Amino acid sequence: MTDKTFMGYRRENGRVGIRNHVLILPLDDISNAACESVANNIKGTTVIPHAYGRLQFGADLDLHFRTIIGTGSNPNVAAVVVIGIEPGWTQRVVDGIAKTGKPVAGFSIEQNGDINTVCAASRKAKEFVHFATAQKREECPISDLWVATKCGESDTTSGLSANPTVGNFIDKLYAAGSTLCFGETSEITGAERIVAERAATPEAAEKFMKTWEAYNDFIMAEKTDDLSDSQPTKGNIEGGLTTIEEKALGNVQKIGKQAKYVDVLEPAEAPAKGAGLYFMDTSSAAAECNTLQAAAGYVLHLFPTGQGNVIGNPIMPVIKITGNPRTVRTMSEHVDLDVSAVLRHEMTLDQAGDALIDEAIRAANGRNTSAEVLGHVEFSMTKLYRSA
Amino acid sequence: MSETHFLVHDKDDSVGVAVVETIKAGMQVTGYKMDTNEEITLKALSDIPLGHKIALKDLAVGDTIIKYDQDMGKVVAAIQAGDHAHVHNIKTKRW
Repeated sequence: MTDKTFMGYRRENGRVGIRNHVLILPLDDISNAACESVANNIKGTTVIPHAYGRLQFGADLDLHFRTIIGTGSNPNVAAVVVIGIEPGWTQRVVDGIAKTGKPVAGFSIEQNGDINTVCAASRKAKEFVHFATAQKREECPISDLWVATKCGESDTTSGLSANPTVGNFIDKLYAAGSTLCFGETSEITGAERIVAERAATPEAAEKFMKTWEAYNDFIMAEKTDDLSDSQPTKGNIEGGLTTIEEKALGNVQKIGKQAKYVDVLEPAEAPAKGAGLYFMDTSSAAAECNTLQAAAGYVLHLFPTGQGNVIGNPIMPVIKITGNPRTVRTMSEHVDLDVSAVLRHEMTLDQAGDALIDEAIRAANGRNTSAEVLGHVEFSMTKLYRSA
Repeated sequence: MSETHFLVHDKDDSVGVAVVETIKAGMQVTGYKMDTNEEITLKALSDIPLGHKIALKDLAVGDTIIKYDQDMGKVVAAIQAGDHAHVHNIKTKRW
Protein backbone atom coordinates (compact mmCIF):
# COMPACT_ATOMS: atom_id res chain seq x y z
CA MET A 1 0.00 0.00 0.00
CA THR A 2 2.92 2.34 0.60
CA ASP A 3 3.37 3.05 -3.11
CA LYS A 4 -0.12 4.56 -3.57
CA THR A 5 -0.19 8.22 -4.54
CA PHE A 6 -2.80 10.94 -5.03
CA MET A 7 -2.94 14.34 -6.70
CA GLY A 8 -3.04 17.12 -4.10
CA TYR A 9 -2.29 20.79 -3.55
CA ARG A 10 0.98 21.22 -1.68
CA ARG A 11 0.64 24.35 0.45
CA GLU A 12 3.22 26.91 1.60
CA ASN A 13 3.88 24.97 4.85
CA GLY A 14 4.37 21.61 3.12
CA ARG A 15 0.98 20.14 4.11
CA VAL A 16 -1.19 18.75 1.30
CA GLY A 17 -4.80 19.68 0.58
CA ILE A 18 -7.29 17.83 -1.61
CA ARG A 19 -9.66 20.78 -2.11
CA ASN A 20 -8.89 24.38 -2.96
CA HIS A 21 -11.32 26.60 -1.07
CA VAL A 22 -11.18 30.36 -0.74
CA LEU A 23 -12.86 30.80 2.63
CA ILE A 24 -14.92 33.75 3.74
CA LEU A 25 -14.68 33.19 7.47
CA PRO A 26 -16.66 35.08 10.12
CA LEU A 27 -14.96 35.63 13.47
CA ASP A 28 -18.36 35.90 15.14
CA ASP A 29 -22.09 35.35 14.61
CA ILE A 30 -22.85 39.00 13.79
CA SER A 31 -20.38 39.00 10.88
CA ASN A 32 -22.19 36.19 9.06
CA ALA A 33 -24.28 38.59 6.94
CA ALA A 34 -21.23 40.48 5.63
CA CYS A 35 -19.46 37.20 4.86
CA GLU A 36 -22.49 35.85 3.00
CA SER A 37 -22.63 39.07 0.93
CA VAL A 38 -18.97 38.68 -0.06
CA ALA A 39 -19.56 35.04 -1.02
CA ASN A 40 -22.53 36.14 -3.11
CA ASN A 41 -20.44 38.76 -4.90
CA ILE A 42 -17.39 36.60 -5.58
CA LYS A 43 -18.00 33.26 -7.28
CA GLY A 44 -15.83 30.36 -6.23
CA THR A 45 -15.69 31.28 -2.55
CA THR A 46 -16.92 29.23 0.42
CA VAL A 47 -18.62 30.92 3.37
CA ILE A 48 -18.94 29.27 6.79
CA PRO A 49 -21.58 31.02 8.89
CA HIS A 50 -21.66 29.95 12.55
CA ALA A 51 -23.38 30.80 15.82
CA TYR A 52 -20.65 31.98 18.21
CA GLY A 53 -17.71 34.26 18.90
CA ARG A 54 -18.97 36.96 21.26
CA LEU A 55 -18.33 37.25 25.01
CA GLN A 56 -16.75 33.82 25.29
CA PHE A 57 -13.94 33.48 27.83
CA GLY A 58 -11.34 31.10 29.23
CA ALA A 59 -11.02 27.60 27.78
CA ASP A 60 -14.22 28.12 25.74
CA LEU A 61 -12.74 31.18 24.02
CA ASP A 62 -9.46 29.33 23.41
CA LEU A 63 -11.43 26.55 21.73
CA HIS A 64 -13.32 29.10 19.60
CA PHE A 65 -10.06 30.60 18.31
CA ARG A 66 -8.47 27.16 17.84
CA THR A 67 -11.47 26.05 15.77
CA ILE A 68 -11.68 29.20 13.60
CA ILE A 69 -7.91 29.50 13.08
CA GLY A 70 -7.63 25.74 12.48
CA THR A 71 -10.40 25.81 9.89
CA GLY A 72 -8.67 28.61 7.98
CA SER A 73 -5.31 26.84 8.32
CA ASN A 74 -6.58 23.51 6.91
CA PRO A 75 -4.64 22.59 3.73
CA ASN A 76 -7.95 22.19 1.85
CA VAL A 77 -8.10 26.00 2.05
CA ALA A 78 -5.99 28.07 -0.37
CA ALA A 79 -6.68 31.53 1.04
CA VAL A 80 -8.92 33.20 3.63
CA VAL A 81 -10.87 36.43 4.08
CA VAL A 82 -11.73 36.92 7.78
CA ILE A 83 -14.48 39.35 8.84
CA GLY A 84 -15.20 40.26 12.47
CA ILE A 85 -17.11 42.98 14.26
CA GLU A 86 -13.94 44.59 15.68
CA PRO A 87 -10.27 44.60 14.62
CA GLY A 88 -8.57 43.04 17.69
CA TRP A 89 -9.91 39.50 17.62
CA THR A 90 -10.16 39.62 13.81
CA GLN A 91 -6.41 40.25 13.63
CA ARG A 92 -5.79 37.40 16.10
CA VAL A 93 -7.46 35.00 13.63
CA VAL A 94 -5.54 36.50 10.68
CA ASP A 95 -2.23 36.14 12.54
CA GLY A 96 -3.03 32.54 13.46
CA ILE A 97 -3.83 31.53 9.88
CA ALA A 98 -0.86 33.52 8.49
CA LYS A 99 1.52 31.10 10.26
CA THR A 100 0.74 28.58 7.50
CA GLY A 101 2.11 31.04 4.91
CA LYS A 102 -1.16 31.12 2.95
CA PRO A 103 -2.75 34.41 1.83
CA VAL A 104 -5.12 35.78 4.49
CA ALA A 105 -6.69 39.19 5.08
CA GLY A 106 -8.94 40.56 7.84
CA PHE A 107 -11.72 43.16 7.74
CA SER A 108 -13.68 44.60 10.64
CA ILE A 109 -17.13 46.14 10.59
CA GLU A 110 -17.09 48.73 13.42
CA GLN A 111 -16.60 52.28 12.04
CA ASN A 112 -17.03 50.91 8.50
CA GLY A 113 -20.49 49.31 8.37
CA ASP A 114 -21.42 46.21 6.42
CA ILE A 115 -21.46 47.84 2.97
CA ASN A 116 -17.95 49.31 2.99
CA THR A 117 -16.59 46.16 4.66
CA VAL A 118 -18.23 43.94 2.05
CA CYS A 119 -16.83 46.14 -0.73
CA ALA A 120 -13.23 45.95 0.51
CA ALA A 121 -13.44 42.27 1.44
CA SER A 122 -14.97 41.39 -1.95
CA ARG A 123 -12.02 42.97 -3.80
CA LYS A 124 -9.60 40.91 -1.69
CA ALA A 125 -11.69 37.74 -2.16
CA LYS A 126 -11.60 38.23 -5.94
CA GLU A 127 -7.80 38.46 -5.81
CA PHE A 128 -7.70 35.26 -3.71
CA VAL A 129 -9.91 33.32 -6.15
CA HIS A 130 -7.52 34.21 -8.99
CA PHE A 131 -4.64 33.03 -6.77
CA ALA A 132 -6.36 29.77 -5.77
CA THR A 133 -7.46 28.81 -9.25
CA ALA A 134 -3.88 29.17 -10.49
CA GLN A 135 -2.71 26.44 -8.06
CA LYS A 136 -1.92 23.03 -9.57
CA ARG A 137 -2.27 19.54 -8.16
CA GLU A 138 0.88 17.45 -7.90
CA GLU A 139 1.53 13.78 -7.18
CA CYS A 140 1.87 13.10 -3.44
CA PRO A 141 2.57 9.93 -1.43
CA ILE A 142 -0.37 8.59 0.58
CA SER A 143 1.56 9.44 3.75
CA ASP A 144 0.68 13.09 2.98
CA LEU A 145 -3.04 12.29 3.32
CA TRP A 146 -4.42 13.17 6.78
CA VAL A 147 -7.59 11.16 7.40
CA ALA A 148 -10.08 11.36 10.28
CA THR A 149 -12.97 9.06 11.08
CA LYS A 150 -16.19 9.07 13.06
CA CYS A 151 -19.27 6.85 12.78
CA GLY A 152 -22.92 7.84 12.99
CA GLU A 153 -26.43 6.42 12.97
CA SER A 154 -24.66 3.20 13.75
CA ASP A 155 -26.32 -0.16 14.04
CA THR A 156 -25.08 -3.71 14.43
CA THR A 157 -24.14 -3.85 10.73
CA SER A 158 -21.66 -1.02 11.45
CA GLY A 159 -19.73 -3.25 13.85
CA LEU A 160 -19.83 -6.17 11.41
CA SER A 161 -18.92 -4.38 8.17
CA ALA A 162 -18.56 -0.59 7.70
CA ASN A 163 -16.55 0.09 10.90
CA PRO A 164 -14.04 -2.78 10.49
CA THR A 165 -13.70 -1.74 6.82
CA VAL A 166 -12.51 1.64 8.10
CA GLY A 167 -10.36 -0.23 10.64
CA ASN A 168 -8.71 -2.17 7.84
CA PHE A 169 -8.07 1.13 5.98
CA ILE A 170 -6.63 2.71 9.16
CA ASP A 171 -4.24 -0.23 9.70
CA LYS A 172 -3.01 0.02 6.09
CA LEU A 173 -2.57 3.81 6.09
CA TYR A 174 -0.94 3.67 9.54
CA ALA A 175 1.63 1.27 8.07
CA ALA A 176 2.09 3.68 5.14
CA GLY A 177 2.90 6.59 7.50
CA SER A 178 -0.28 8.65 7.22
CA THR A 179 -1.63 10.87 10.02
CA LEU A 180 -4.98 9.61 11.30
CA CYS A 181 -7.60 10.52 13.91
CA PHE A 182 -10.52 9.07 15.84
CA GLY A 183 -12.56 10.59 18.69
CA GLU A 184 -16.05 10.35 20.22
CA THR A 185 -15.06 10.26 23.90
CA SER A 186 -18.54 9.46 25.25
CA GLU A 187 -19.13 6.64 22.77
CA ILE A 188 -16.02 4.83 23.91
CA THR A 189 -17.92 4.04 27.13
CA GLY A 190 -17.92 0.27 27.44
CA ALA A 191 -14.74 -0.10 25.40
CA GLU A 192 -12.52 2.36 27.32
CA ARG A 193 -10.18 -0.39 28.57
CA ILE A 194 -9.74 -1.70 25.01
CA VAL A 195 -8.90 1.82 23.80
CA ALA A 196 -6.52 2.41 26.72
CA GLU A 197 -4.63 -0.72 25.68
CA ARG A 198 -4.22 0.63 22.14
CA ALA A 199 -2.04 3.56 23.24
CA ALA A 200 1.52 3.62 21.89
CA THR A 201 2.91 4.71 25.27
CA PRO A 202 1.84 4.50 28.94
CA GLU A 203 1.62 8.32 28.94
CA ALA A 204 -0.88 8.29 26.06
CA ALA A 205 -2.92 5.56 27.81
CA GLU A 206 -3.03 7.57 31.05
CA LYS A 207 -3.99 10.75 29.17
CA PHE A 208 -6.76 8.84 27.41
CA MET A 209 -8.21 7.41 30.65
CA LYS A 210 -8.16 10.87 32.29
CA THR A 211 -9.93 12.36 29.28
CA TRP A 212 -12.54 9.61 29.19
CA GLU A 213 -13.15 9.77 32.96
CA ALA A 214 -13.59 13.56 32.84
CA TYR A 215 -16.19 13.24 30.07
CA ASN A 216 -17.94 10.38 31.88
CA ASP A 217 -18.03 12.39 35.15
CA PHE A 218 -19.54 15.33 33.24
CA ILE A 219 -22.27 13.12 31.73
CA MET A 220 -23.01 11.53 35.10
CA ALA A 221 -23.28 14.98 36.74
CA GLU A 222 -25.58 16.47 34.05
CA LYS A 223 -27.84 13.54 33.25
CA THR A 224 -31.49 13.68 34.30
CA ASP A 225 -32.36 10.08 33.48
CA ASP A 226 -30.44 6.89 32.79
CA LEU A 227 -29.43 8.18 29.31
CA SER A 228 -30.91 5.11 27.64
CA ASP A 229 -32.90 7.38 25.28
CA SER A 230 -29.75 9.24 24.15
CA GLN A 231 -27.00 6.62 24.13
CA PRO A 232 -27.75 4.47 22.23
CA THR A 233 -29.97 6.81 20.15
CA LYS A 234 -33.45 5.89 18.93
CA GLY A 235 -31.91 5.25 15.50
CA ASN A 236 -29.28 2.95 17.02
CA ILE A 237 -31.95 0.96 18.86
CA GLU A 238 -34.10 0.69 15.71
CA GLY A 239 -30.98 -0.71 14.04
CA GLY A 240 -30.59 -3.40 16.70
CA LEU A 241 -28.05 -1.84 19.09
CA THR A 242 -29.13 -2.45 22.68
CA THR A 243 -26.57 -0.88 25.04
CA ILE A 244 -23.80 1.75 25.06
CA GLU A 245 -21.29 -1.04 25.61
CA GLU A 246 -22.39 -2.80 22.41
CA LYS A 247 -22.29 0.50 20.52
CA ALA A 248 -18.79 1.26 21.83
CA LEU A 249 -17.45 -2.19 20.97
CA GLY A 250 -18.72 -1.66 17.40
CA ASN A 251 -17.38 1.91 17.34
CA VAL A 252 -13.79 0.90 18.13
CA GLN A 253 -13.72 -1.51 15.19
CA LYS A 254 -12.86 1.69 13.26
CA ILE A 255 -9.32 1.81 14.62
CA GLY A 256 -8.40 -1.55 13.22
CA LYS A 257 -6.27 -4.16 14.90
CA GLN A 258 -2.68 -2.86 14.71
CA ALA A 259 -2.68 0.95 14.79
CA LYS A 260 -1.70 2.50 18.12
CA TYR A 261 -2.43 6.14 18.97
CA VAL A 262 0.58 8.30 19.75
CA ASP A 263 -1.21 11.09 21.61
CA VAL A 264 -4.52 12.39 22.94
CA LEU A 265 -5.53 15.72 21.40
CA GLU A 266 -7.63 18.52 22.87
CA PRO A 267 -10.66 19.39 20.72
CA ALA A 268 -9.42 20.98 17.44
CA GLU A 269 -5.75 20.58 18.47
CA ALA A 270 -3.36 19.86 15.60
CA PRO A 271 -1.30 16.67 16.01
CA ALA A 272 2.32 17.48 16.79
CA LYS A 273 4.04 14.13 17.34
CA GLY A 274 4.54 13.10 13.75
CA ALA A 275 2.71 10.52 11.65
CA GLY A 276 0.40 7.95 13.22
CA LEU A 277 -3.00 7.63 14.85
CA TYR A 278 -4.34 10.24 17.30
CA PHE A 279 -7.31 10.19 19.66
CA MET A 280 -9.16 13.51 19.92
CA ASP A 281 -11.43 14.42 22.85
CA THR A 282 -14.71 15.17 21.03
CA SER A 283 -18.44 14.97 21.42
CA SER A 284 -20.03 12.05 19.58
CA ALA A 285 -22.37 14.41 17.70
CA ALA A 286 -21.34 14.08 14.05
CA ALA A 287 -21.12 17.72 12.94
CA GLU A 288 -19.30 18.79 16.12
CA CYS A 289 -16.75 16.00 15.88
CA ASN A 290 -16.11 16.51 12.15
CA THR A 291 -15.74 20.29 12.61
CA LEU A 292 -13.08 19.72 15.31
CA GLN A 293 -11.20 17.16 13.20
CA ALA A 294 -11.16 19.50 10.16
CA ALA A 295 -9.90 22.32 12.41
CA ALA A 296 -7.03 20.05 13.51
CA GLY A 297 -5.89 19.81 9.88
CA TYR A 298 -7.44 16.56 8.64
CA VAL A 299 -8.32 16.82 4.94
CA LEU A 300 -10.48 13.73 4.33
CA HIS A 301 -13.11 12.04 6.46
CA LEU A 302 -14.37 8.45 6.59
CA PHE A 303 -17.88 8.16 7.97
CA PRO A 304 -19.24 4.62 8.35
CA THR A 305 -22.98 4.41 9.02
CA GLY A 306 -25.59 1.72 9.56
CA GLN A 307 -29.05 3.29 9.54
CA GLY A 308 -27.85 6.10 7.26
CA ASN A 309 -26.35 9.50 8.13
CA VAL A 310 -26.19 12.43 5.68
CA ILE A 311 -23.37 14.52 7.26
CA GLY A 312 -20.90 16.66 5.32
CA ASN A 313 -18.43 19.44 6.09
CA PRO A 314 -17.72 22.76 4.32
CA ILE A 315 -14.00 22.11 3.75
CA MET A 316 -13.32 18.40 4.40
CA PRO A 317 -14.84 15.83 2.01
CA VAL A 318 -16.76 13.10 3.87
CA ILE A 319 -16.93 9.55 2.46
CA LYS A 320 -19.92 7.47 3.66
CA ILE A 321 -19.56 3.73 4.00
CA THR A 322 -22.39 1.34 4.86
CA GLY A 323 -22.92 -2.40 5.00
CA ASN A 324 -26.64 -2.20 5.75
CA PRO A 325 -28.48 -3.49 2.65
CA ARG A 326 -31.65 -1.59 3.57
CA THR A 327 -29.71 1.71 3.82
CA VAL A 328 -28.03 0.98 0.47
CA ARG A 329 -31.52 0.59 -0.99
CA THR A 330 -33.30 3.49 0.73
CA MET A 331 -30.52 6.13 0.94
CA SER A 332 -28.33 5.26 -2.03
CA GLU A 333 -27.59 8.91 -2.90
CA HIS A 334 -25.70 9.27 0.40
CA VAL A 335 -23.62 6.09 0.12
CA ASP A 336 -20.12 6.36 -1.40
CA LEU A 337 -19.05 2.79 -0.66
CA ASP A 338 -21.40 -0.20 -0.26
CA VAL A 339 -19.82 -3.01 1.77
CA SER A 340 -23.00 -5.07 2.26
CA ALA A 341 -21.22 -7.96 0.51
CA VAL A 342 -19.31 -8.40 3.81
CA LEU A 343 -22.63 -9.23 5.51
CA ARG A 344 -23.54 -11.66 2.74
CA HIS A 345 -20.25 -13.42 3.50
CA GLU A 346 -19.12 -12.62 -0.07
CA MET A 347 -16.37 -10.03 0.63
CA THR A 348 -13.57 -10.05 3.18
CA LEU A 349 -12.68 -7.05 5.32
CA ASP A 350 -9.29 -6.97 3.59
CA GLN A 351 -11.04 -6.55 0.21
CA ALA A 352 -13.41 -3.95 1.68
CA GLY A 353 -10.44 -2.00 3.11
CA ASP A 354 -8.73 -1.98 -0.30
CA ALA A 355 -11.96 -0.76 -1.94
CA LEU A 356 -12.07 2.07 0.60
CA ILE A 357 -8.47 3.07 -0.17
CA ASP A 358 -9.41 3.30 -3.87
CA GLU A 359 -12.50 5.37 -3.01
CA ALA A 360 -10.41 7.66 -0.76
CA ILE A 361 -7.83 8.22 -3.52
CA ARG A 362 -10.59 9.07 -6.01
CA ALA A 363 -11.97 11.64 -3.54
CA ALA A 364 -8.47 12.97 -2.81
CA ASN A 365 -7.83 13.39 -6.53
CA GLY A 366 -10.85 15.68 -6.72
CA ARG A 367 -13.90 13.51 -7.36
CA ASN A 368 -16.67 14.98 -5.21
CA THR A 369 -18.21 12.77 -2.53
CA SER A 370 -21.97 12.31 -2.14
CA ALA A 371 -22.08 14.79 0.75
CA GLU A 372 -20.33 17.43 -1.38
CA VAL A 373 -22.62 16.90 -4.37
CA LEU A 374 -25.72 17.01 -2.13
CA GLY A 375 -24.55 20.25 -0.48
CA HIS A 376 -23.96 19.00 3.05
CA VAL A 377 -21.81 21.69 4.71
CA GLU A 378 -22.52 21.16 8.41
CA PHE A 379 -20.22 23.28 10.59
CA SER A 380 -20.94 23.06 14.32
CA MET A 381 -18.60 24.68 16.81
CA THR A 382 -18.22 22.96 20.17
CA LYS A 383 -19.10 25.28 23.05
CA LEU A 384 -17.87 24.33 26.50
CA TYR A 385 -20.12 26.59 28.62
CA ARG A 386 -22.25 29.77 28.64
CA SER A 387 -20.78 33.08 27.46
CA ALA A 388 -20.17 35.94 29.89
CA MET B 1 -22.54 -22.91 1.90
CA SER B 2 -26.13 -22.17 3.01
CA GLU B 3 -27.58 -18.66 2.88
CA THR B 4 -26.14 -16.59 5.73
CA HIS B 5 -28.97 -15.44 8.00
CA PHE B 6 -26.83 -14.19 10.85
CA LEU B 7 -23.17 -13.58 11.79
CA VAL B 8 -21.38 -14.03 15.11
CA HIS B 9 -18.32 -11.87 15.90
CA ASP B 10 -16.41 -14.20 18.23
CA LYS B 11 -16.65 -17.87 19.15
CA ASP B 12 -17.86 -17.42 22.74
CA ASP B 13 -20.49 -14.75 21.98
CA SER B 14 -23.99 -15.31 23.39
CA VAL B 15 -25.71 -13.57 20.47
CA GLY B 16 -25.55 -13.38 16.68
CA VAL B 17 -26.67 -10.52 14.38
CA ALA B 18 -29.33 -10.95 11.68
CA VAL B 19 -27.90 -9.89 8.31
CA VAL B 20 -31.07 -10.50 6.26
CA GLU B 21 -34.52 -8.90 6.47
CA THR B 22 -36.39 -12.21 6.38
CA ILE B 23 -35.96 -14.08 9.69
CA LYS B 24 -39.44 -15.18 10.89
CA ALA B 25 -40.47 -17.10 14.00
CA GLY B 26 -40.14 -20.84 13.47
CA MET B 27 -37.54 -20.56 10.68
CA GLN B 28 -34.45 -22.76 10.71
CA VAL B 29 -31.57 -20.24 10.36
CA THR B 30 -27.87 -20.55 9.55
CA GLY B 31 -25.04 -18.37 10.78
CA TYR B 32 -21.25 -18.24 10.77
CA LYS B 33 -18.70 -17.33 13.41
CA MET B 34 -16.53 -14.66 11.80
CA ASP B 35 -13.31 -15.70 13.52
CA THR B 36 -13.53 -19.47 12.90
CA ASN B 37 -16.05 -19.65 10.02
CA GLU B 38 -17.84 -22.37 12.05
CA GLU B 39 -21.44 -22.91 10.88
CA ILE B 40 -24.29 -22.76 13.43
CA THR B 41 -27.94 -23.62 12.84
CA LEU B 42 -30.86 -23.01 15.18
CA LYS B 43 -34.60 -22.31 15.12
CA ALA B 44 -35.69 -18.67 15.42
CA LEU B 45 -38.37 -18.31 18.13
CA SER B 46 -39.39 -14.81 17.05
CA ASP B 47 -39.12 -12.53 14.02
CA ILE B 48 -35.63 -10.97 14.04
CA PRO B 49 -35.31 -7.70 12.06
CA LEU B 50 -32.15 -6.96 10.06
CA GLY B 51 -29.33 -5.98 12.42
CA HIS B 52 -31.08 -7.25 15.53
CA LYS B 53 -29.69 -9.99 17.73
CA ILE B 54 -30.64 -13.64 18.01
CA ALA B 55 -29.75 -15.47 21.23
CA LEU B 56 -27.49 -18.48 20.66
CA LYS B 57 -28.16 -20.03 24.07
CA ASP B 58 -30.58 -19.88 27.01
CA LEU B 59 -29.81 -16.96 29.33
CA ALA B 60 -31.17 -16.20 32.82
CA VAL B 61 -31.87 -12.84 34.48
CA GLY B 62 -28.56 -11.37 35.68
CA ASP B 63 -26.44 -13.21 33.12
CA THR B 64 -23.88 -11.20 31.14
CA ILE B 65 -24.34 -10.88 27.37
CA ILE B 66 -21.10 -11.49 25.49
CA LYS B 67 -20.54 -9.95 22.04
CA TYR B 68 -17.15 -9.20 20.38
CA ASP B 69 -15.93 -11.54 23.17
CA GLN B 70 -16.72 -8.66 25.59
CA ASP B 71 -19.36 -7.73 28.20
CA MET B 72 -22.14 -5.72 26.49
CA GLY B 73 -24.78 -5.68 29.25
CA LYS B 74 -26.99 -7.82 31.48
CA VAL B 75 -30.09 -9.94 30.99
CA VAL B 76 -33.22 -8.37 32.56
CA ALA B 77 -35.82 -10.92 31.31
CA ALA B 78 -35.13 -14.60 30.62
CA ILE B 79 -34.01 -15.39 27.05
CA GLN B 80 -34.20 -18.73 25.17
CA ALA B 81 -31.89 -19.77 22.34
CA GLY B 82 -33.50 -18.43 19.14
CA ASP B 83 -35.19 -15.43 20.86
CA HIS B 84 -34.93 -11.83 19.75
CA ALA B 85 -32.39 -10.28 22.18
CA HIS B 86 -32.78 -6.49 22.54
CA VAL B 87 -33.86 -3.66 24.87
CA HIS B 88 -36.83 -5.69 26.21
CA ASN B 89 -34.54 -8.32 27.77
CA ILE B 90 -31.04 -6.71 27.92
CA LYS B 91 -29.87 -3.55 29.70
CA THR B 92 -26.61 -1.63 30.00
CA LYS B 93 -24.48 -2.00 33.11
CA ARG B 94 -23.30 1.63 32.73
CA TRP B 95 -26.31 3.91 33.23
